[in-house]
Amino acid sequence: MDRKPEGLSYRGVNEDIINFMTKTGPKYYLVLGFFILCSVFLYLLPWIHQIYTGQGVTGLNVPVVWGVYLVNFVFWVGVAHAGTLISAMLYITETPWRRAIARSAETMTLLALIVVAFFVFIHMGRPWNFYWTFPYPNQRKIWTSFQSPIMYDVFAIGTYFTSSLVFLYFGMIPDFASLSQSTTGWRKSFYKAMSLGWRGTDRQWHLQAKASMFFASFIMPLVVSVHSIVSWDFALSIVPGYAQTVFAPYFVTGALLSGFAAVILALTVLRWTFPMMKKYILIHHYDRIGLFILVLALTWSYLTGMEIITGYFANTSDEIQHITYKILTYPYSWLFAFMIFCNTILPLVLISGKVRRSEKLMFFLCIFIIIGMWLERYLIIPNSESRKFLPYMWHSYTPTWVEMSITVGALMVFISLFMIIIKIFPVISIFEIKEDVGVPMKKEGH
Amino acid sequence: MSGIMQKIQERLQSYRVPGYYKKYDYRWTMVIDLDKCNGCQACVVACYAENNLQTVGKDNCGIARNMSWIRIEKYYEGEYPDIKVKFIPIMCQHCDKAPCEIGCPVFATYHNQDGLNTQVYNRCVGTFTCATYCPYDVRRFNWFTYKRDKPLDQQYNPDVTVREMGVMEKGTFCIQRIRAAKDKAKDEKRPIKDGDVTPACVQACPTGAMTFGDLYDPNSRVAKLAKDPRRFYLLEEKNCGPNVIYLKRVMKDGSKA
Repeated sequence: MDRKPEGLSYRGVNEDIINFMTKTGPKYYLVLGFFILCSVFLYLLPWIHQIYTGQGVTGLNVPVVWGVYLVNFVFWVGVAHAGTLISAMLYITETPWRRAIARSAETMTLLALIVVAFFVFIHMGRPWNFYWTFPYPNQRKIWTSFQSPIMYDVFAIGTYFTSSLVFLYFGMIPDFASLSQSTTGWRKSFYKAMSLGWRGTDRQWHLQAKASMFFASFIMPLVVSVHSIVSWDFALSIVPGYAQTVFAPYFVTGALLSGFAAVILALTVLRWTFPMMKKYILIHHYDRIGLFILVLALTWSYLTGMEIITGYFANTSDEIQHITYKILTYPYSWLFAFMIFCNTILPLVLISGKVRRSEKLMFFLCIFIIIGMWLERYLIIPNSESRKFLPYMWHSYTPTWVEMSITVGALMVFISLFMIIIKIFPVISIFEIKEDVGVPMKKEGH
Repeated sequence: MSGIMQKIQERLQSYRVPGYYKKYDYRWTMVIDLDKCNGCQACVVACYAENNLQTVGKDNCGIARNMSWIRIEKYYEGEYPDIKVKFIPIMCQHCDKAPCEIGCPVFATYHNQDGLNTQVYNRCVGTFTCATYCPYDVRRFNWFTYKRDKPLDQQYNPDVTVREMGVMEKGTFCIQRIRAAKDKAKDEKRPIKDGDVTPACVQACPTGAMTFGDLYDPNSRVAKLAKDPRRFYLLEEKNCGPNVIYLKRVMKDGSKA
């Protein structure tokens, strides 16, 4: 079992990463252009249409006022989570296999959080007033409401984004220094400026490790707190299906499950597109993440059961009605069954080590998990509002083309951003890989 | 130690009981006698005229995006021809412990000094949280920019804001009429009398099913009706403390007459 990248030298690592970043073929630009074009047509233009015309272009209506946009919001926060877990929690526990994939996972976190922030604005009725949700001193002396869970969303995601950015940047400083020595042109001056005068002295390494440990410890609670706060958006209401005390752990587990699935997808695409990556992203990583997914899927299944059973035990007419609507009514019964298939039954195959070590099987499994987790949010968010207390106002929700197009477009935006970022910043941590490689020594007969 | 705990408990209790609102000047309450309501929708029309509610057009009305702040819910019992229709007019209940208020991140909805649950249109950013949290589904959203054709735009009530696209709105108990009555009472150096304030829906009700007034005033019609044994609050078990009292006679076998 190859647990460490093999056959690498210090020089080889540097050259691999620099070639990966600087040598870009025309195919890459074509694909990137395609995704940017898709982002404009599927994401930007529908959003402009929505801002200009009004939120009425969506399928929302009282009482179902939280629709697919909020589903995407929660979903992308979830995608962001695994990156933090891999880079921070596994950093603290000094898990060796994190080194090769932590950087790419953390980059995903950052980009997913950008997508998340834009979904908040897309979802708002008057997005041009978004800055009112920040507590800033102003002439009108109006402050924000500190009892609102939405308020804490702004703080949680702001903190999460800032600290992830700083953590990622601190980890990159030694890499910038080594890159600036072996590149030319704008890259050289850019990396030199970004390396902040890094010279690799003992003291600098010491401080860098200290700072990384500090930020890793700082971010680790955020893995739990950010998605708990997102879940309180729902849990603090009195809507049947939302008002669940189990929501915080349920959302965190679901977030990590979808996040790990997203990491596997990204890693697999990287491996398939750039054969060089196979030297760094190993089957061993699939094996480890597969175990994570298995554990998380089982925990998620338990909590799903809890969510339904606690609602059923409450035995109020509105809870029963909500559960009936969500689980037993066509078409949601099929969606619910499919969700259980994707997130509970399918991940059980991960018990077999052969499946965990097959990148193709893992890839398709993770696509199913991603779909299943998206469905989970869809089943919770609009469906709970469809069956509130007064039967006269019961209302079913169907997304319109604008909502679906922006949903797909957000994925395109994410992919375009990722494709640009991995060409500018080192997607594999050079100095940490070198720790795995070991100190180079002259090989003389011994 | 137990003394401190008792003090804390008393303090917490004081926040929970409606007496918490004694610091407010009035406690506006509406009483709706369901035994008198015949579901004529006059209150709905009056509300449209008074509060500058926009008409949304055929298509949007067809998917229930109408802006009516007050609605008559119809419930049918039995099969044709033995069918009974029950009506209940529902508007914003101005809850004492309003769930919508904790949701809003920008204080666009809050309690004013009269104990009314108010909506500040200019402050609203449209996060929809209030509409999600509201158990009565009475909040209405401006999905588009609605305009009245000429010369109907001359009909706008000058005392009421015309809302723009992207803000949430809801019933106000005709706060502009309360404001006018307060001004008049201030000029005459007296508190508001019972009957000074009449919201548009109450004014329009042909059967006199609706009554509006101050519950703190023990001699008001509302305070007297509130002692009626037929009284109930809508969704009282949700513990939001609504300020609209419904009256309905219930037969001995539990069925509603």
